[in-house]
Parts: sequence; C-alpha cells; structure tokens
Amino acid sequence: MNLQDNIQVALRALAANKLRSALTMLGIIIGVASVVALIALGNGATAAITAQIEGIGTNLVTVFPGRFDKGGPQGRLQTVLFYDDYLAIANVSGVRSMTPIFQSLTTFNYEAETSAVQLEAALPSYEIVRNAELDRGRFFNASDNAGRSRVVVIGYKLSTDLFGAIDPMGRSLKIDGVMFEVIGVLKKKGGGGFGGGGDDGAIIPLETAYTRLFGGKAVSQGRRVVSSVSFAAATADEVEPLIVRLERIMRRQHGLSLTDKMDFTVFSQNAFLDAFTIITATLSAFLGAIAGISLLVGGIGIMNIMLVSVTERTKEIGLRKAVGARPRTILIQFLIETVVLCMVGGLVGVGLGWGVAAGVRALDLVKAEVTPGSVALAFSFAAFVGLFFGIYPASRAARLSPIEALRFE
Amino acid sequence: MITTTEYAPAAAVPVTTAHTNGSHGASSVPARVVMRIEDVRKNYQMGETVVRALDGVSMSVRSGELLSIMGPSGSGKSTLMAIIGCLDSPTTGRYWLDGDYVENMNENQLAAMRGRKLGFVFQQFNLLSRTPALENVMLPLTYAGVRGKEKKDRAMHALELVGLADRSHHRPNELSGGQQQRVAIARALVNDPAILLADEPTGALDSRTGKEIMELFLNLHQTRGLTLCLVTHDPKVGALTPRVVRLVDGLIVEDGA
Repeated sequence: MNLQDNIQVALRALAANKLRSALTMLGIIIGVASVVALIALGNGATAAITAQIEGIGTNLVTVFPGRFDKGGPQGRLQTVLFYDDYLAIANVSGVRSMTPIFQSLTTFNYEAETSAVQLEAALPSYEIVRNAELDRGRFFNASDNAGRSRVVVIGYKLSTDLFGAIDPMGRSLKIDGVMFEVIGVLKKKGGGGFGGGGDDGAIIPLETAYTRLFGGKAVSQGRRVVSSVSFAAATADEVEPLIVRLERIMRRQHGLSLTDKMDFTVFSQNAFLDAFTIITATLSAFLGAIAGISLLVGGIGIMNIMLVSVTERTKEIGLRKAVGARPRTILIQFLIETVVLCMVGGLVGVGLGWGVAAGVRALDLVKAEVTPGSVALAFSFAAFVGLFFGIYPASRAARLSPIEALRFE
Repeated sequence: MITTTEYAPAAAVPVTTAHTNGSHGASSVPARVVMRIEDVRKNYQMGETVVRALDGVSMSVRSGELLSIMGPSGSGKSTLMAIIGCLDSPTTGRYWLDGDYVENMNENQLAAMRGRKLGFVFQQFNLLSRTPALENVMLPLTYAGVRGKEKKDRAMHALELVGLADRSHHRPNELSGGQQQRVAIARALVNDPAILLADEPTGALDSRTGKEIMELFLNLHQTRGLTLCLVTHDPKVGALTPRVVRLVDGLIVEDGA
C-alpha cells in the first residue's frame, strides 16, 4: 500500500461524506484563515508604525530627565533637565544639529474651534533635527526666536481641525489665551507620531515660549527647564559614540561619579525602534497564539469526527484486515485521511485569510501583509494538528480485532 | 517482522492448476494437508461464566478438498471459521496452515497469513462501497504489495473466473446481490489462497441466485482444484459437499461424507 493508494482511499472516504467533511474542515479553515489574517494585520501595523518612527529620523538621539528603569531610589534623583544642562551638552561633537525642547499640553483657539495640543517649543534647528517638512509657509528662524515672535508652525491635522477649508497662513489663533500668528503648516505624516511634532502638534520658538507663554510653568528652582534635548547625529555610525559622550558630559554636569545611578536618559531612535519591534513582535505572537487556539479547537473537532468515522467504518476495517491489511497499514490510512482533511482545510484557510488581508488593505485600514512565513506556519500547523488529532482515532482503528470488526453491526 | 514484499504470493498466476488431483477421492495418492488443527479450545468470558465456544476440536483439510462445517447457531462453527481464518486466536490448541505454525504469530504475521493463504467470502459480501468491482478485487493484492499491471491483470483474471469481466468498472450499488457475491468470490480467489472460507455465502441471496453461487463454487472446485470450506446451517448447501463436519456445543460430532 503506497502513499498514492492511501491518498486515493482517503479522498474517496472524504468524498463519501461531503457535508460532514466540509463542516469538519470549517474549524481548520477558520483557524488557518485567522492565523494568516491576524499575522498579516500585525505585520501591517508594525510596518506602518516603523515607517513613522523612521520618518522622525533614525539618527535622532534624545536626552530625557529621569530614568526609565524600573525600581531605583526615585526620590533622590533629579527629575528635570535645566536649560543649563542643555548649555553644557550643546557643544558636544559628532552632531549635525540639536535643539532643546520644552513640551506642554496647551489649548488652541480659533474663533469657535478649540483643540487640546501637545505644544513643543524649540530652536529653529528643530526643523533639521526632526526632519520637519513644510506643506505651506516657512519654519520660524533665529530672528523669530531672538525677537520672541508670537509665531507658530502647526501640524497638518491640527490645521484642518481648527481651520477646516480656510487657509491658516497668516491667521491668528490663541494658545492658552495668547495670540500667535500661523506661519507654516507641516506636511501630513500620518498617525499621531512620537515625541510630538505629529500631525496634531504645533511648534513655537523656545524664547517666545519662555517669555510670553509659559512663564513660571517652565521654571524650577529659579532656573529654566527643558523637557528634552534632541540631537541629530552627524552619521548613523555617530549615534553610539554620541550617546557615550552625552552620558559623560551629563554625569559631570550633575556631579555623578561613575558608580552613581544616572538621573537622566540618553535614548536613540534606534533603541526606540528596537524596543518597539519587540513590542509588536510580542503582539503578533499573541494574535497568532489566539488564532492558534482556534486551530486547536478545530483539531479537536476533527478528532471527534474521525472517531465517529472509525466506528461507522468498523466493518470496512474488519474487511481490510481480513484481506491482509496490517495494523500499521490501517493506522496510516486513517492518519492520511485526517491529514488530507486538515491540509485541504489549510489550503482553503490560507486563501480565506489572504482574502481578509486583501479586504482590509482595500479598505485602507491597515496595510496588511501576508508573508510566506505566516502561510507556511499556518499550513504546517494545520498538518500537525491533523497528525496529532488523527493519531488516536487511527490507532483505535488499527487495534480493532478483525473478527469483532467484521461482526460489528 | 514481515515486510509487504515478503508475503507477496510466489505464483504470479491466480488459482494455480497444480491441484488437479484434488477432487475428493479421485486420486490414489493422498493430497497434502493444507490445514490442521489439534485440540483447539476457545473460551469467552461472559460476565461471571466462561462460555466454551470450542471445546477441543481437531480436524484437517487436504488440498483440493470440498467440505462444509455445519451446526446450529451457537454450536461454535463461526468461532471455528474465525480461527481457521486467522481472524481470531484459540485459547489453547495447535494450528498449522499450509506448512506454517500459526500459533504465537503476531498481528502482522497473522495479517500476512490472511492476505496470502486465505480467501474469505461473507454472507453480506462486505465489498467497499463507491469502489469499482476491479478495485475491490485488487484490494488483497494491494496489501500484499503487488503493483501496477500485474495487479490489474490478476484482478481482471479473477473477475473472468466468476464471469464478471464486463462489470469490472461497476460499483457495488450498481450490481445485483448475486453479482456482488461473485465480486467477493473473485476477491477471495485473487491471491490464490490455500483455502477459501465461505461463511453462509448464500445466506443473503434468494434461492435461485444462491444456487447459481453454489454452482460457481462447485465449478471452481472441480475445474481449478480450489480448496473450499463452506460454513453453513443450510442442509441444502451441506448436501452439495462430499465431506460434512458437524459441530454441536463446541465439539465435532460427525466428520465425513
């Protein structure tokens, strides 16, 4: 009895009960389809967010106050960065451009429209550091900053939220009650963005912010405060050495010895990307696992049906044994039947999952990507489910006593 | 461990004509013994009580013999057929089939014996549904590892012997009861068995068709020297065989013509 004979016998047995075979396969179809579709969605979301992070700039290195480590003696740590800190690190080497940023949640008003905005105050070099591209108008310049001009560059979505179809250029809006003139609109980036500067954010000159807008809000212990300092490293290879240099300067600035815990964080966009990749990979694995559970449930359904099938075909098994089939031959016959069932279900499931992913893509929700890896994973898992859940019914069939099987009614 | 190729029949031609001296009593030289059982007992545990289905049975069958095993229901004739057919093992006793000692054989070896040396015909035909006649006949060859053209040719030849060559592609549900039983007989013949066991072969047929099937059996016995053992409770069937083994309560009470 070779494989071809066995597959032929399996297909004939499955064709004999078309409705039952189809219903049994449904579990596997849904399982495989959800594995393929969910992994595709996960990949799509990851790709979209990764592209967004990369849009901010992979050479970006940022100094934050405080430590993101868990635990630690928080109370002892200095948890703000001062303008003095920025001045201390401003002359570090290997930098293309840099800017301190003060960030605060503010309220924007234009006529009747109101919007809560994460406002960033920075130097004109922000434009280079963050790869800010303008849709219209211009970015603020050094004289805007020195002259403490009340000018603002707004994100694309904020522009449409506040102004609708009106061109916002040259119009005045109120930030926390203070009048500002719109001088530029940023290009659409998509999504919320990270660390501000996204489609619904806005940027004003740092001097303006300190003197005309935030006042005491941006001062601590009589000194000006910054939320972070962003650097664009000269090259990608400069990112790591820059982090080391920044840490050294900051330690000295804060009077920390090499054994002291750092009270600041130097973070590169690459590290952020890595951390994010781990998060999304975990998320994808979770989605896959949930889909895998449905495959497992489908597998149990298959085992159930195969047990019924073995009972129904007891007489056939008895006859096959009477004409010389060995127990192992019967085992393989039923195992192949289950695996064929699962593989056919797997094929249909891959098609369905691909269809779902294509549908999601067509609706422009997420750019779902079906990868060959996820197809192979789902398909081989389906085959494995068939083998695993087929073993028990098949071995029951193989162990049947020939005479009892023949006499079975 | 017996591999599939090991138990492929040595002879390529189904139903050899080597047993021409087999007709009962026709030869002065006694034909060789193809089957012998000695003091075979089979007990079943039915709750508290032990049922002795066979209580010490000894008999032998020579090549080319035609016999029937008869007895009322519960006499043990079905159990005896199962044991001769290697479908069941005796509780105690010795059994030789075509020169092989059957006792202590494992499942695989028993399967090989059934596939190589035995042919079965059942009351209910037991054909695979949705499977053409030719493929039903090929089934024992498939399990014996015969392949390709040889498999097809031998199955076709067996169908010719039962007069159904023109029905080879018909499925069982497209055949009459008598035709189905002929397919089953072809299936039993295809491996050139040392002994063909037929369990109430006419039991599910009307009397006219039953008579035709018996004529086919007798014809195969006479022309091809088929060793044939019929298990029946029907006296009309028993009357057609030269030798009748009569069982009552697990014992042979009569063995002869």
